[in-house]
Amino acid sequence: MPTITIDDKKVEFENGMTVMQACELAGAEIPRFCYHEKLSIAGNCRMCLVEMEKGPPKPVASCAMPAGDGMVIKTDSEMVKKARKGVMEFLLINHPLDCPICDQGGECDLQDQALHYGFDKSRYEENKRAVKNKHMGPLVSTIMTRCIHCTRCVRFSTEVAGVDDLGLLGRGENAEITTYLEKTIDSELSGNVIDLCPVGALTSKPYSFKSRPWELTKTETFDVFDGVGSSIRVDTRGKQVLRVLPRINEDTNEEWISDKTRFAIDGLSRQRLDKVYIKENDKLNASDWDSALNIIKDEINIRGKDKTITLSGKFTDAETIISSKLFSKGLGSNFYDCRFDNAQIIHGENESYKFNSSIQEVENADAILLVGSNPRWEASVLNARIRKAFIHNNCQVGLIGPALDLNYAYKEISVSLNGLNEILDNKSEFSKVLFNAKNPIIIVGTSAINTSEGSSVLKTCAEIARKLPNYSESFNPLNILNQDISRVGSLELGFVNKVFDGNFEKKLKEEIGLNKPVVFLLGLDELNPKSLEGSFVVYLGHHGDVNAQHADIILPSPAYTEKSSTFMNIEGRTIQTSRCHNPLGDAKEEWKIFRVLSDLLDCGIQFNNLNDVRKTLINENKNFLAILEANSSSNLSFSSKEDIKDQSLSYNISNFYMNDSISRASETMANCTNEILNKAKAS
Amino acid sequence: MKHPGMINKVFNLPDEIFDWSQDNFERASEIIKKYPNSRQQSAVIPLLDLAQRQNSGWLSKTAIEKVAETLSMSYIRVLEVATFYSMFNLEPVGENFVQICRTTPCWLRGSDKLVEVAKEVSNTKLGETSDDKKFTIVEVECLGACCNAPMVQINDDYYEDLDEHSFKKLLTNLKQSKETKKGSQIGRQTSHPQREDNA
Repeated sequence: MPTITIDDKKVEFENGMTVMQACELAGAEIPRFCYHEKLSIAGNCRMCLVEMEKGPPKPVASCAMPAGDGMVIKTDSEMVKKARKGVMEFLLINHPLDCPICDQGGECDLQDQALHYGFDKSRYEENKRAVKNKHMGPLVSTIMTRCIHCTRCVRFSTEVAGVDDLGLLGRGENAEITTYLEKTIDSELSGNVIDLCPVGALTSKPYSFKSRPWELTKTETFDVFDGVGSSIRVDTRGKQVLRVLPRINEDTNEEWISDKTRFAIDGLSRQRLDKVYIKENDKLNASDWDSALNIIKDEINIRGKDKTITLSGKFTDAETIISSKLFSKGLGSNFYDCRFDNAQIIHGENESYKFNSSIQEVENADAILLVGSNPRWEASVLNARIRKAFIHNNCQVGLIGPALDLNYAYKEISVSLNGLNEILDNKSEFSKVLFNAKNPIIIVGTSAINTSEGSSVLKTCAEIARKLPNYSESFNPLNILNQDISRVGSLELGFVNKVFDGNFEKKLKEEIGLNKPVVFLLGLDELNPKSLEGSFVVYLGHHGDVNAQHADIILPSPAYTEKSSTFMNIEGRTIQTSRCHNPLGDAKEEWKIFRVLSDLLDCGIQFNNLNDVRKTLINENKNFLAILEANSSSNLSFSSKEDIKDQSLSYNISNFYMNDSISRASETMANCTNEILNKAKAS
Repeated sequence: MKHPGMINKVFNLPDEIFDWSQDNFERASEIIKKYPNSRQQSAVIPLLDLAQRQNSGWLSKTAIEKVAETLSMSYIRVLEVATFYSMFNLEPVGENFVQICRTTPCWLRGSDKLVEVAKEVSNTKLGETSDDKKFTIVEVECLGACCNAPMVQINDDYYEDLDEHSFKKLLTNLKQSKETKKGSQIGRQTSHPQREDNA
């Protein structure tokens, strides 16, 4: 391995590293503005200057200089200090002194580095330049005079987000960052430019002037708005969630989060269910826990214990699933299910609902077959990986399903799902691409498997996956992309009933029509309320959304920031969220509710605290034991060639910004819908 | 300093739509062919120039968008290039785009006077276009003909060794759309030293 000497310390480095990366290996911190690990190298801020012995007689930009064997680098010599001070002085010439009113204040790279390299006074007597603010949409607010032209935002939007919207116009004194004709950034990852901006030029619009970073309680937790389970940090003040920031997690979200994850949080303080409600004369009245639970007990006894139905929703955690399952079992009922969107699975095969190849593997793919999936909306950060593969591996993407606005080129194979037959029979042009690729993968969206044909689609996709060259005992190229964080965990716990196979809503309606049972909705709002007619609906959840209004009893439960819960992301990676603040109002964790109900109805649930619940969870399924590890298998024993009929397919997300109870209550997301989606539709 | 090539905005005349003329479309295809496969976007500068020439000396919003569409680039990428180079004008300019050099050699040799003459003849201000659309007068930095200072560039041609008198004549001729003498106005061959008797 080549070696490099940094500040008299010899370190070995890998070929292809830059001097800056080598310096980091040696523990020398290099200040920077424009350089970012995940973006291309620009080398335009000049803050990372270091001295190179026997090199040019001037300092070199370490971020753009490839490290060479035997180089001698100094990072704290007089020359370096003087050069960096010079750069800083130039940067501060036009940067306004408005830190006291700047949202970035306290977490600003420029502020921090000016502490080390800034002069105590300015030698500049001319007029500072002023730049007009730009409109960039409902999420990003701009104060462009603060911009130091690092172009991180431009590189991010071009490279990662894949939307050529941002650019640097003009030159020198007149340079300014803008979007073409001040159009809104049309990306679901746009919020990340706020984190990337090293100064306060791009800041969060919903968070503007809300708080200072040192006033916030920071909790490291996980996101629940899509199946990826991105690592996030939630900043709270009291019982208010003020902002969400990404944490670095190379396994899932890298450094990005979607705009919904970041900005839907204002929905957490609107339309909240904070009290127990009981319906009397078609009106929901506030009540107390005891009366509500007693009514439920009576209703269950009257309507039949063993007929009780329990259905889970988008945000249902594994603790809730296991306690409601045990409760149902105690009642003698096995009418529980989590597949409200009718996504089919092959019973007993966990490969039929998991993202088997792992998210990280997506960026190594050189051919991807998308089956009825819009990854841009279903899992935005996963889509950024597909784009990465597209850019770096020249990955070929084929789509089975209606045309989509993806941020990479793709081949339209067929609109109907019967394109799968052609792929398998080598009749499609994309078959060659897929079967001759080195690392092909298949991504199946739930929109492709939500009909009664769903299981044959799954089987056929498995058959294709089995024939792929990289399929082996240790690598499974078949990926099912579930949209909800709750789904894989619920399926792992067997929260399904074969009764509902094929056509969930229809069979549910039949079941309800027949027995008129008590139905527990665990935060489920995606169901047509008409399907529930005749039953006694108990809604456990945190938002007064669609189905809560049709409930007979509402039991408030905490939202994802208010309790510690366990989920499995699409890969089957167990994640445990943390409680960021106390629940609002009278809300109680679901497992506690089922524990009390179990006592009332003699269902024999034993656990008394969260630890006990988790022990039960692990006893039920060992996969919940390994936190942050994805368990994978590769048998595909359900694969078979089925004849897929010519059937049309429509994507089941119609509005990325508002497709669950929290984001539907969010004002920011409503603004996004108006400004981004509706405008795009109109044009 | 006001200059139609140094603004960061796009401008469009009402109802103006730019499309390649048949000739220029063929020229554009020729230019694009010069670049290797998948590097066609490198043709952005020559194509912008072609569009500017077709569009009487400036690039309108639709012209920029046409270039972008021709090269399958996003609008913002083309606008970046068009705003970076001051030779691409983003506002309408007059028939004669007069660029008066004001860098030291020309300045010492009397470029200030040339500016006054230009203002007088065209009846307009620096950086602006005359009412009759004949002239746009701008000051620019060194155009690289210092030995024949003072000089101006009008559209594609250099006019060198000017003084108030000859420049006034030159502009009057241009105003009347008459033939003008290009290059040195005192009969100097390229940049030969000036003879005593000419002085």
